[in-house]
Amino acid sequence: MAEADEDLKSRRTVFVTVGTTCFDSLVRAVDTQEVKEELFKKGYTHLLIQMGRGSYIPAKSTGENGSLEVDCFTFSSSITDYLRSASLVISHAGSGSIFETLRLQKPLIVVVNEDLMDNHQSELAEELAERKHLFCARPQTLYQTVADMDLGSLIPYQPGDAAPVAKLLNSFLGFPDD
Amino acid sequence: MENSNNHYCLSITPSSLELLSIIGFITLILIRVLYIIHRSSQPRSASSQQKPLSTLIVLGSGGHTAEMINLLNVLQKNSFTPRYYIAAATDNMSLQKAQVLENSWLNEGGVEEVGSAKFMQIYRSREVGQSYITSVGTTLIALAHALWLMIKIRPHVILCNGPGTCIPLCAIAFIFKILGIRWSYIFYVESIARVRRLSLSALLLYKLRMADQLFVQWPQLKSKYHRAHYVGRLM
Repeated sequence: MAEADEDLKSRRTVFVTVGTTCFDSLVRAVDTQEVKEELFKKGYTHLLIQMGRGSYIPAKSTGENGSLEVDCFTFSSSITDYLRSASLVISHAGSGSIFETLRLQKPLIVVVNEDLMDNHQSELAEELAERKHLFCARPQTLYQTVADMDLGSLIPYQPGDAAPVAKLLNSFLGFPDD
Repeated sequence: MENSNNHYCLSITPSSLELLSIIGFITLILIRVLYIIHRSSQPRSASSQQKPLSTLIVLGSGGHTAEMINLLNVLQKNSFTPRYYIAAATDNMSLQKAQVLENSWLNEGGVEEVGSAKFMQIYRSREVGQSYITSVGTTLIALAHALWLMIKIRPHVILCNGPGTCIPLCAIAFIFKILGIRWSYIFYVESIARVRRLSLSALLLYKLRMADQLFVQWPQLKSKYHRAHYVGRLM
């Protein structure tokens, strides 16, 4: 048991998620030698990739010879547990993934999929990056972002509140507010 | 005064009578529409005992359902009841999530406190990536299905936050208002993912003034669209 605890303590997982989308360019970018080496240099031990509907399957690795242990899967009904046990999250720009990760106060790199038409997702990622709640990258700039990232510069995201809308609805409809 | 053709010069021929009727009719409709738009911006008159309002909730894939659930959690359940959840036929997860939500409420308080819920599917106007040409046909089918559902439900309140499925429903609700079939309060909350530009659904509802209230979550949208209400982030 003690050994397993030791393991957990020293384990630092990078969790990559593409949600329900197909985002091969992100999975490929993460799976490059240079990104994996850079993550390993920064002290991460495991790389877990949720590939979604992608067709590119990264090679698994047991992490011998001083490298990341790499594993992957396609879908999960809930990624909350994976997010919770991650030390760094690299995610597609879906608002669900972004806010779930920010709520758990995990360092986050959002990668925008430029193959998507009408990419409104990038607006959200860019705005939150400007507010220093996460880092924003494209598949081609992922390596640079990982190399340059300073996790200490991130500002925790304060969760929002739906109550103001409820108040407005109640007052508009003449319902009592309580 | 007669001319050689035995017609009265000043006689009104049947075709111009029809024309006048059509113009008159259209004018009446326009006046009615303007009146409806004006009245939609007015709040419901308050009274001490407000009856609950049947509520249609439009769900959507992606972040839409998650954001809607986040909003529903802060609403008074027994004011917005009975609740009707509609999701696109191709969306498998949203109705499930809504059922889980409703069940969790039932476990906390009984049906009397929480109210009842029904779950329905609707044909989609357009799938992501579908060609715009075939979209015309599928939109017509979606409209017919939406009409059928709206006639059955006739909600007092409609809550939506973005998916294209809400447009046929809101359009029909607006027409019901014009025809005096049912007055629905239409509330649209733009997704948190929309920071600088409105979604197509929001743009339509905003420009055509079909929503009673349109809410945005980022200040950039408030400065662009003055009639929208800025409510900060919901998530």
